[in-house]
Amino acid sequence: MIKIQHLSKSFNGKLAVDDLSLEVGQGEVLGFLGPNGAGKSTTMRMITGFIPPTGGSISVCGFDVLKDPISAKRKIGYLPESAPSYQDMTVLSFLRFAADIRGLTGVARQHAVERVIELCQLQNVLRQTIDTLSKGFRQRTCLAQSLIHDPEVLILDEPTDGLDPNQKHDMRDLIRQMGLTKSIIISTHVLEEVEAVCSRAVIIAQGRIVAQGTPDEFKSRSKTGRIDDYFREVTGAGRQVPEQLGA
Amino acid sequence: MNIFSATRAIAAREWRAYFESPLAFVFLIAYLLLAGIFTFTFGGFFERGDASLAAFFNWMPWLFLFLVPAVGMRLWSEEHRLGTIELLLTMPIAPWQAILGKFLASWAFLILAIALSFPMVLTVNWLGSPDNGTILAGYVGCALLAGTYLSIASLASACTRNQVIAFIFSIMICLLLNLLGFPPVLDLVGRWIGTEGIEVMAGFSVLSHFDGFQKGVLDSRDVIYFVSISVFSLFATGVVLRGHRAG
Repeated sequence: MIKIQHLSKSFNGKLAVDDLSLEVGQGEVLGFLGPNGAGKSTTMRMITGFIPPTGGSISVCGFDVLKDPISAKRKIGYLPESAPSYQDMTVLSFLRFAADIRGLTGVARQHAVERVIELCQLQNVLRQTIDTLSKGFRQRTCLAQSLIHDPEVLILDEPTDGLDPNQKHDMRDLIRQMGLTKSIIISTHVLEEVEAVCSRAVIIAQGRIVAQGTPDEFKSRSKTGRIDDYFREVTGAGRQVPEQLGA
Repeated sequence: MNIFSATRAIAAREWRAYFESPLAFVFLIAYLLLAGIFTFTFGGFFERGDASLAAFFNWMPWLFLFLVPAVGMRLWSEEHRLGTIELLLTMPIAPWQAILGKFLASWAFLILAIALSFPMVLTVNWLGSPDNGTILAGYVGCALLAGTYLSIASLASACTRNQVIAFIFSIMICLLLNLLGFPPVLDLVGRWIGTEGIEVMAGFSVLSHFDGFQKGVLDSRDVIYFVSISVFSLFATGVVLRGHRAG
């Protein structure tokens, strides 16, 4: 569903993403792990067509993101990093706007809006303007926007960031459930999350994949049997970064 | 999917955004108040003893100079600041649809403001018998002038996430376009560049092209002048937005 080949991106000569290749199939939840500034968000922004890559190619459901961005974008739902939304709008009008811009009309539009309200549990805040909402509700409102067209591919940039433990739990349940039928990439630096929702994960450091495998494989590779230790091992400062561990 | 439906959705959201905040009402009141003051005091509406709206139209290029950038400055700066530009440009739409949608909504708002000065038309019709064709031409000129300034403000707004900078920047450009045809400036530089030089210089000014409309002349060259600056600025807005993302 998502196929990335030799993707790279440089900002003013500085390489943010360096020759990154990966594939995500249907029914997979891929975790993007890595320290801050590793290139997780940059990669996601390239997949969603927000920023153009310096080199390499991305295809989503068979559509090349560079050559046919509109067809590719129709297949994608995207939750950007800080869950942005129009602050002065009410939740309901924001979701209707998302449906309109995705070309949903009439009954289909009505159903789509009702479905995401239900999924993201927004029933009680529909008439509130977004700037009056708590962080958790904002996150869910923006997530609802990304689900409105029931996309085949979901790109979620730190979906649980800033949520309380209960909300985190709900969000993970939701992602796991959607992961059964969709292709999902989530980025996180919460390692427990990888175990909780991901079927597979890649660890990125300095724009390159330094490790990939299932959460269980990560654990078995660490001497202590903990993902945290393995994460530090492969991304740790001052260490020799191993080339392509595993997979 | 109809290619205009996304443009319409964006325009509708932008239009509502004016009325969801106090901005619309503050602007409308400020515009009508200032237009009234300028017309009746500095414009010498009564002293002219002339059944026309010349006293009103004369001031529009100078009044718009400040008020139109105030409307346009938020067009893209706000999207940058809220991060919603990332949502907007990862939707399955071409960037020009977003640029056009936002422009059209703001332009419609400005046209509404201009139209609300209709009591002037009633007054002058009550006091005398003006040439209403000339008045209509003046209004068409106002709409085109506002659209031109707005497109410049859109470009300035795309360049920076800081609304104040966008505001000042667009005033500077619009001021330049005014001054190129401002008689005192023309007199001053006329000593050096001669009469022909002045004509060329004034040809680039909004004032000389607005003049025809005020006199009731709908000249296609004047229309082309305003439309081409607007199209160019909106096109440049697209280039700037793309440049930002390319990093």
